[in-house]
Amino acid sequence: MPPTTPPAEGTRVHLRGCARTHAGGVRALLPTTLEVWPGEVLALLGPSGCGKTTLLRLVAGLLAPDAGGRVHFDGEDVTPLPVERRDIGMVFQHYALFPQMSVAANIGYGLRVRGASPAQERERVGELVEMMRLQGLEQRRPAALSGGQRQRVALARAVAVRPRVLLLDEPLTALDAQLKETLRDELAAWLRQWRITTVHVTHDQREALALADRLAVMRAGRVLQVGRGEDLYRAPGHAFVAAFLGRVNRLERTRADLDSGTVTVGGAELAVRGEAAAASALLLRPEDIRIVDPEVGVPCGVVRQRSFLGDRVQLRVALEDQAADLLVDQARDSRARPGERVGLQIDTLRLMPTEEDPP
Amino acid sequence: MRGAILGAGTRPRTAPASRPAAPLLLGITAAVGVFTLAPLALSVTAGLMANYAQGLGAGLTTRWLGEVWALYGGTVALSLGLALACVAVALLAGVPCGYALARSRSRVARAFEELLTLPVAVPGLATALALILAYGEWGGFRQSPAFILAGHVVFTLPFMVRTVGAAFRRDDLMALEEAARTLGAGFARRFVGVLVPAVAPSIVAGCLMVFTLSIGEFNLTWMLHTPLTRTLPVGLADSYASMRLEIGSAYTLVFLAVIAPVLWAMQAVAHWIERRDATDHAAR
Repeated sequence: MPPTTPPAEGTRVHLRGCARTHAGGVRALLPTTLEVWPGEVLALLGPSGCGKTTLLRLVAGLLAPDAGGRVHFDGEDVTPLPVERRDIGMVFQHYALFPQMSVAANIGYGLRVRGASPAQERERVGELVEMMRLQGLEQRRPAALSGGQRQRVALARAVAVRPRVLLLDEPLTALDAQLKETLRDELAAWLRQWRITTVHVTHDQREALALADRLAVMRAGRVLQVGRGEDLYRAPGHAFVAAFLGRVNRLERTRADLDSGTVTVGGAELAVRGEAAAASALLLRPEDIRIVDPEVGVPCGVVRQRSFLGDRVQLRVALEDQAADLLVDQARDSRARPGERVGLQIDTLRLMPTEEDPP
Repeated sequence: MRGAILGAGTRPRTAPASRPAAPLLLGITAAVGVFTLAPLALSVTAGLMANYAQGLGAGLTTRWLGEVWALYGGTVALSLGLALACVAVALLAGVPCGYALARSRSRVARAFEELLTLPVAVPGLATALALILAYGEWGGFRQSPAFILAGHVVFTLPFMVRTVGAAFRRDDLMALEEAARTLGAGFARRFVGVLVPAVAPSIVAGCLMVFTLSIGEFNLTWMLHTPLTRTLPVGLADSYASMRLEIGSAYTLVFLAVIAPVLWAMQAVAHWIERRDATDHAAR
């Protein structure tokens, strides 16, 4: 029976040159090397079909990597080990709770498989039922639970056995927006408490930013960039990463801009410094622009559209010397109205360089 | 300069529409029901008439039922035994076979699956002849009810395999098996403890089908039976061919009286399991 206190240190997961070609020759994952640090939560973030679930299933052992790929847990090569012997816990997108078993039986299943005594099972199940606020539901079947309760049972079942690695396959996707937010916060708290090395697959950047210590942003079968969410948000290495983590404006620079170390925005030339100075295109978040009075020397434009989004107002500003509009986020009491000429205050330190994305 | 927006997608939700059945549809259904059940009702009534030629005016009697029971009572037990044995074999062989075919991606498995339907398409007489040619010389086997059972299994097994195999192929079943694997369960444990209970409605449906087909099977059985291994349908054919009409009709009544309670019981079990699991499937 595992101890009742989670281990202080988790397992280090290391994938080396792991690729996966599905039947029919479809390359779901290009050769990938990735490390998940002990006790951290790593989110695999990307659009549908980017290979994130394939990568997760390689860690689980539900898929085998192509020849040459290896999966290590704490230096131990687990590539040849079947999933049953990898000592993992996994939460599936639609929970995959055993329909004929009660909540308690579901949570205790892995313990029974491992030969825990009924007393040990009762103790651990009771502990998790209390932690997950499932009291009174122990004898119910999954069919009689709400979506949020099912999600918590699935999580309790996965961690009951104190796995070396916890794998979450879009665990919140099946929930409605409000419940999703509540459970996301709870899940974040539990993951911080347990410190189990966790790989979390999602296509929701808010979920990834809220839950993960680090993010691995994926596209078309490859990991584009790995880093802390804040770092990737502030300094994305690729236009795709920038756009996937949040809305972003892309500012193209002319040859003259590059020569003079500036970028031309709304009739004004803004100095570009640091790493961004040599980039042929710059990225700018809508929240890094402020609306000011249209004075001489200030980039100016005309408000084309105003959208009230509840917590903020989003403006679409047409720039007189540019074809495309600029997205600007303002406080919800912004008075700017369509047709109004406005000035734009741009913090040039927030300009982000971008490289052409790999094919 | 270009502005770029990234927005989250939304999923449209649709609710299944329901509308009351039109009276016309009910009328057609009732008419078809009467048309198909009337001959059976007539036959059953004939089995209770003292003299069919004279009609109900000659009175009702249970005499024919008594004669049927005296002459063919043994066929009831044999037919029920054969059908239950057929269900048992279909369970033991068909459920694992359905699972293996559902999980296998090999061409051999696909070809085997196609071949499984052959006994259904090929006339029962041809299958029976093949069995006689192959095993007819095995004296003890040929003379025993097991020979008929073999024929029934050949005929009914595909129904169990197909029904259960389709259930094992469902995405949610795949996920259940994977979940059990991640929790450390080996094959036997997850098959018996997770998969079989999860496909129980399909297994019950398969059992019902196998039982029904076996108990009513005539073509194969007519070729395979001996005077000592007559089943209900063979006895029925014999009575129709060699006795007065009232006895044949009384036999139909006996047949219905024997199988109806069994079928109702099995249907009740199937409905109970379906009701129990319906919300699970909806939830998933």
